[in-house]
Amino acid sequence: MIAAGRKKPLLSVQNVHAFLSTPRGSIRAVDGISFTLERGITLGLVGESGCGKSMLARTLMGLLPQATVVGHDATIEFRGQNLLKLPAKKLRRIIGKDMAMVFQDPMTSLNPVVKVGHQITEVLIHHLRIDKQTARERVLTLLEEVGIPMPNRRFEQYPHQLSGGLRQRVAIAIALACEPQLLIADEPTTALDVTVQAEILDLLKRLQEEKQMAMILITHDLGVVAGRTHETAVMYAGKIVEQAPTSKLFANVCMPYTRALLDAIPRLTDPPHTELRAIEGQPPDLSENVPGCRFAPRCQWVKSRCRTEEPLLRGFGNPQHQFACWYPFAGS
Amino acid sequence: MPANATSTARLGVIFWLAALWLSVVLISAATAGWWSVPPFDRMDWNNLSALPGTSNSGTVLQNTDELKKNEYIYWLGTDTMGRDIVSRLIHGARISLAVGLCSPLIGFFLGGLLGCLAGYFRGRFESLIVAAMDIILAFPGLVLLLVITFYLGPNLKNLVMTLGFLTIPAFSRVARAKTLALADQEFVQAARLTGAGNLTILVREIIPNIIIPLAIYGLIAVAFMIMVEGALSFLGLGVPAPTPSWGGMIAEGREVLDEAPHVSMIPAGVMFLTVLSFNLLGDSLRNFAERRTSQL
Amino acid sequence: MVIGKKLLRFIFVVLAVTAVTFLMVNILPGDVSYIIGGETATSEDIQNIRRDLGLDRHIVVRYVAWMGRVVRGDLGKSYLSREPVLDAILRRLPVTLELLIISQLLALLLALPAGIFSAYRSNSLVDRLVSIGGFATISIPSFVMALVTIYLFSIKLRWLPATGYTPFFEGPWANIKSFVLPALSIALIEWVVLMRVLRSDMITTLQQNYILMAKAKGLPPWKILIGHALRPSSFTLITVFGIQIGRLLGEAVIVETIFALPGIGRLLINAIYARDYLMVQACVLLITLGYVTINSVVDLLYAILDPRIRTEASNAG
Repeated sequence: MIAAGRKKPLLSVQNVHAFLSTPRGSIRAVDGISFTLERGITLGLVGESGCGKSMLARTLMGLLPQATVVGHDATIEFRGQNLLKLPAKKLRRIIGKDMAMVFQDPMTSLNPVVKVGHQITEVLIHHLRIDKQTARERVLTLLEEVGIPMPNRRFEQYPHQLSGGLRQRVAIAIALACEPQLLIADEPTTALDVTVQAEILDLLKRLQEEKQMAMILITHDLGVVAGRTHETAVMYAGKIVEQAPTSKLFANVCMPYTRALLDAIPRLTDPPHTELRAIEGQPPDLSENVPGCRFAPRCQWVKSRCRTEEPLLRGFGNPQHQFACWYPFAGS
Repeated sequence: MPANATSTARLGVIFWLAALWLSVVLISAATAGWWSVPPFDRMDWNNLSALPGTSNSGTVLQNTDELKKNEYIYWLGTDTMGRDIVSRLIHGARISLAVGLCSPLIGFFLGGLLGCLAGYFRGRFESLIVAAMDIILAFPGLVLLLVITFYLGPNLKNLVMTLGFLTIPAFSRVARAKTLALADQEFVQAARLTGAGNLTILVREIIPNIIIPLAIYGLIAVAFMIMVEGALSFLGLGVPAPTPSWGGMIAEGREVLDEAPHVSMIPAGVMFLTVLSFNLLGDSLRNFAERRTSQL
Repeated sequence: MVIGKKLLRFIFVVLAVTAVTFLMVNILPGDVSYIIGGETATSEDIQNIRRDLGLDRHIVVRYVAWMGRVVRGDLGKSYLSREPVLDAILRRLPVTLELLIISQLLALLLALPAGIFSAYRSNSLVDRLVSIGGFATISIPSFVMALVTIYLFSIKLRWLPATGYTPFFEGPWANIKSFVLPALSIALIEWVVLMRVLRSDMITTLQQNYILMAKAKGLPPWKILIGHALRPSSFTLITVFGIQIGRLLGEAVIVETIFALPGIGRLLINAIYARDYLMVQACVLLITLGYVTINSVVDLLYAILDPRIRTEASNAG
């Protein structure tokens, strides 16, 4: 937590669980997550598919599937209010307005039979109660801000008439329409072409700095967070296993899983035909509750204690660098 | 779909209730002559449009023998001409069931065969069949029915044949769709590889597998046919008097709808329960069949 | 082009329909010349009548001649009323159309909330009740439903008249009133198909990501259901809606007879009773052509309505 102290953080997540009910039983998609986020800070949330990062995002936004149980002593405090205790009607006044989300695949997250312009104006009209004309003007400005040329024309088009990158920009425009204080971007570039990915990420960074929003950037690629986030948290099997200011994380990796993630990033300096250093094994089955560290089965440096006792997230130093490992790499 | 879509692979309570009602109707129709009810055309001018439960004891002669012999209770009342409703219902059931069960049989065999062959052989033959079916379907059924039965003469045979003819396109569609799905599957390819001829494949692989869906559709068709026969009889274009029919009974009760609604409503209710039962039967069986396959 | 192919098929079906209609009415027994001639006609009289009506020529020749007249708008004269058939039909057509449109709209009115809510809260108690209710009502034939509505609204509650028709221009309110019960009889059965189709499509739609996105915008459920979920789910609904109108052309016969509405259906029934074969021929032809046309139009509309299909040709994406 950079510059912690004086004010209350914008977002404070404490002990959040999410138990999804599936035909196979209950899955602990999110297993005891806690963190805080200040205004103007970007938090990168990194992890493999299925580690629960998207579920966490949906838990924050209150978008969980119907039969999901959130832990009873969990709190999600946003601007002083516990979102988990709010009635649905009140929550709907915050979602989309003060807290917004950009989804992974803009082809499926935009309604194919509704015009692009309308999908943005409806947010403005609903939350800010302005009239259609004003909303339209504001949206045209927004479209320019997110880098969409010829906004007048695009306003009247349908999503399938736009390229993937443009569609995602529209999704970003929708999220930013009411000037939220917190933006959650769930793998915003995973479904896009590589060439477009950097553009979108840069756009997000620029917008975040301009508007001084808090942002949670969710991705499975550790390389994406470098240089784009202030802090990074690494998730595995529903828990945070390492968290630090981004530069510190890259400088002093503590937890073997993070190390493995780092190693897995292909480097330009590697000779051609270098094998990808993928992490062996599969992410764990979240419906079971095994003792010990969840990463133990795949860890190269596993010791006997790892299999029996679960390491808790502990930190050291200032600013805090937290990790959940019995045998972290030698740090600073 | 109805609430009885059970989560277990069982036929629910509703299935058995429907089957029970249908058995009652079928058996009474089949044994019509043996029931100790007054003849369906015996008119009792003293008890017109009588309510259910009325007995005719107050109207017989004073002679005690005659009294005991002729006393009975109109369990469901009488119609506008004093005829016993139970008796007429039983006899009307014969018409409804005859039409309802026999017409779909024509569609089942002819339509099923045509659709199956069309789906199996494809090509021009299929196009021809589909086009022919489209043309039949292009005619609003009731219109066709009215014209044909009236000109040919409204007797039971013509009715069954015409209605049967009109069900052919629907059955052929079901048969064709199922055959198309099956012909692609592996066991048909396998059979072909072992040198089986077309006829063998059709008889041993295809037909056994489409019979059940066709039969299930057939049940829904039966329900529909009973309604159509009812409509025709109601309009006076079905089987002619004096044979009672459910539709005809409903039509007769129309004139006393305000004072004695039971005359129309009881046959209407019986028809409703019968149609509903066939529909429920077909639906339950379909759920049951589909559930079985999806557990594989 | 797809439209060209559909047009060809439409023409083919239309021609086939005219041929079948003609054949049907003309080769069925019940020679009308005997009826026209009456009981005292001699065989010579019958021959004369037959020659007058052109019945002595070969059937194909008669068909072609008839088609020639039809295309020119001459559908013959009803031998009953001596009135040109076309006029009689055109006079009755608006009544039937009004009946069909009002009943389908009523059915839609019933089906929309039921379908939307059942999809939104699928497998809930309300959903199950709706589907049971629907299942029960489609087991009721339309003439029974007509009697039930008459009994309920006309006899018991005395809200509406059971029969009787007032033309629109003589009294709009009375006109609408004369259609309420007939339309209700039809709508109370037709809504089920529409509801099922809507429910099924909407359940699929509600599983889509863009519905989750709409929720993430903070929109309330009703805005999401109507603004985002309804339109993608209505394609099948609209198709079925259109096809039902065509199919109802046949069913209208029963309802018009019961409620004494002077529509085409009733015209047809009376013509059948009276063996007015020209009238029967023309009515069947018109009803069937209407049905075929509506189906083709709906088919076409489907392709136009879906913006994805519409803009495919005009936009490289």
